[in-house]
Amino acid sequence: MSVTALGAPAETQRLVLQKKAQDLIFGTIGVLVLFVVMGLLLTLVSDLVVDGAGRITPEFLTSFPSRRAAQAGVLSAWIGTSLVMIVTAVVAVPLGVGAGLYLEEYAPKNILTDAIEINVSNLAGVPSIIYGLLALGFFVYALGMGQTILVGGLVLALLILPIVIVATREALRAVPAGLRESAYGIGANQWQVMWNYILPSARPGILTGAIVGLSRAIGETAPIITIGALTYIAFLPPSPVSASPPFVNFDWLNSPFTVMPIQMFNWVSRPQAAFHENAAATGVLLLGMTLLMNGFAIYLRYRLRRTVRT
Amino acid sequence: MRVTLLIGVAAAALALAACGDNPAKPGAAAPAVLLIDGSSTVYPISEALGEEFQNTSGARVTVGLSGTGGGFKKLCRGEIDIAGASRPIKAEEAKACADAGIEVIELPVALDALAVVVSPQNTFADCMTVDELKTLWQPSAQGKISNWSQVRAGFPAEPVKLFGAGTDSGTFDYFTKAINGEEGASRGDYTATEDDNVTINGVSGDADALGYLGLAYLTENAGKVKAVQIRQADGSCVGPSAATARNASYQPLSRPLFYYVSKKSADERPHVAAFIKFAFDPTHAEPLVSEVGYVPLPTAAYPLAIAKFEARRTGSFFDGGSKVGVTAEDLVADAAQK
Repeated sequence: MSVTALGAPAETQRLVLQKKAQDLIFGTIGVLVLFVVMGLLLTLVSDLVVDGAGRITPEFLTSFPSRRAAQAGVLSAWIGTSLVMIVTAVVAVPLGVGAGLYLEEYAPKNILTDAIEINVSNLAGVPSIIYGLLALGFFVYALGMGQTILVGGLVLALLILPIVIVATREALRAVPAGLRESAYGIGANQWQVMWNYILPSARPGILTGAIVGLSRAIGETAPIITIGALTYIAFLPPSPVSASPPFVNFDWLNSPFTVMPIQMFNWVSRPQAAFHENAAATGVLLLGMTLLMNGFAIYLRYRLRRTVRT
Repeated sequence: MRVTLLIGVAAAALALAACGDNPAKPGAAAPAVLLIDGSSTVYPISEALGEEFQNTSGARVTVGLSGTGGGFKKLCRGEIDIAGASRPIKAEEAKACADAGIEVIELPVALDALAVVVSPQNTFADCMTVDELKTLWQPSAQGKISNWSQVRAGFPAEPVKLFGAGTDSGTFDYFTKAINGEEGASRGDYTATEDDNVTINGVSGDADALGYLGLAYLTENAGKVKAVQIRQADGSCVGPSAATARNASYQPLSRPLFYYVSKKSADERPHVAAFIKFAFDPTHAEPLVSEVGYVPLPTAAYPLAIAKFEARRTGSFFDGGSKVGVTAEDLVADAAQK
């Protein structure tokens, strides 16, 4: 007894020191890894900015592609990317959230839903070119939809659907069980619980999933090239709003298009160095568009959090 | 809430697109669109010709980047008017076209030279024979020919590093046909890339490296890499340049690039015929083709190409195979006389 009483402080101190040392080592490794990763990212982005910043002018944003690097711009590309992303978001978010909700809240647990669950997770890892081939065979040829903005949006929507579904389910699982039970406890039915309690508190997580998906979609080249998107296109889709009735039209969904990553891909492999600058500038703009999209989602999430609290 | 916001964003973006659209739309009726697709090698030429044609005629032009094979598929489905190609149409592609009832008119649109390049630090490889290049590149060289001294006695005993085109490209097809005698036959243990800039970067800093690429990449990177001259049948050494490609003295690595025009489009869509007249008018074609780094056809070949088109002479000079050392005059003269 007296021996342990005498030995204990030294033993404890040794253990504490040992654990502290382990903490320090782990912390150092963590910081090191962080620096390596951030350094890599920073190098890449700054290299892109150094190469391309000089080319980012209002003219670059308002000019069509051209054989002359100095006059070439990304007007058709950024409008194409924006329109395709709108179609993707409008299709993928409601479908993905709906599917996630059903699988998590309504679907019975049986072999069928288990199989669907496994398939959804696996779909997230399918190479994007496969989606392009699917869209080429199904949308473009079987359904005869042609190489249009609508098809471009649909293929990217399919591509990110698994991401949105998985994120939705994760977000729903993270809702505290107490919230659900309390709601049922005061007599709410399933729809009321879902619509008024679960969905609002899961919304930030769902939104994060949607934005992760859209950020992946915006940089995709392979499936878009596969379905037959163009590279040189010097006119814009028809205007969706007009002065005469019915004021809105959806002709733009059926027009040919190009997107930012395709322009970048084309310019990067050209022989002239001036085109490489254009490619870098396009890369910076694409990063900017992604950041803008993310910023918007973060703002939305922030606003939604406030509404949930009150 | 989220839905209304999404709609809001959609509306805002649409409004933006609408603003951009107005100045680009002179007439109310949608103008005709000329559809070009195909080889990425021919793309810069189509872009230049299309851009100028659009500026002068008011017709709209779009150019895709599906690759030579993808372009033929689309042409034979009747989806496009013109396919750019960096190699002649293959027998099975021609058959697919014929089965679909699409006849094609083969026109050489420009010339290109494939340059064999080494680093400026390389002092020994000034002029090489086709046989030496074959020693280096043929399939049986794989794993065996790894040293410059094996290529020619007198070359240093340094390991050779090879850079070449990816197997999907027309450049690869043509190089293997011209050097190794069989299309697609090549050693596999080299750095293969679809982007010739990779070859430039790989070769420029390495005195032991050798690669091949399109002439435009050599011209744009004159200080970084050096062209190897090719010993001709008469014993002279000729380097790749616009002049030697145009007068066909740089053999066997000069090659024509093609336009395959759908006869149906040519007959039914007036702006297709207008575009061909524009694209094969030497006053437009020569400066535009040169500007994007390729070699214009010999001036005399342009009217012959137009004549071939006007006569709607379909079919391929190559009969589904690939020939080396064909000049632009061969391609158009042959058809004009037939």
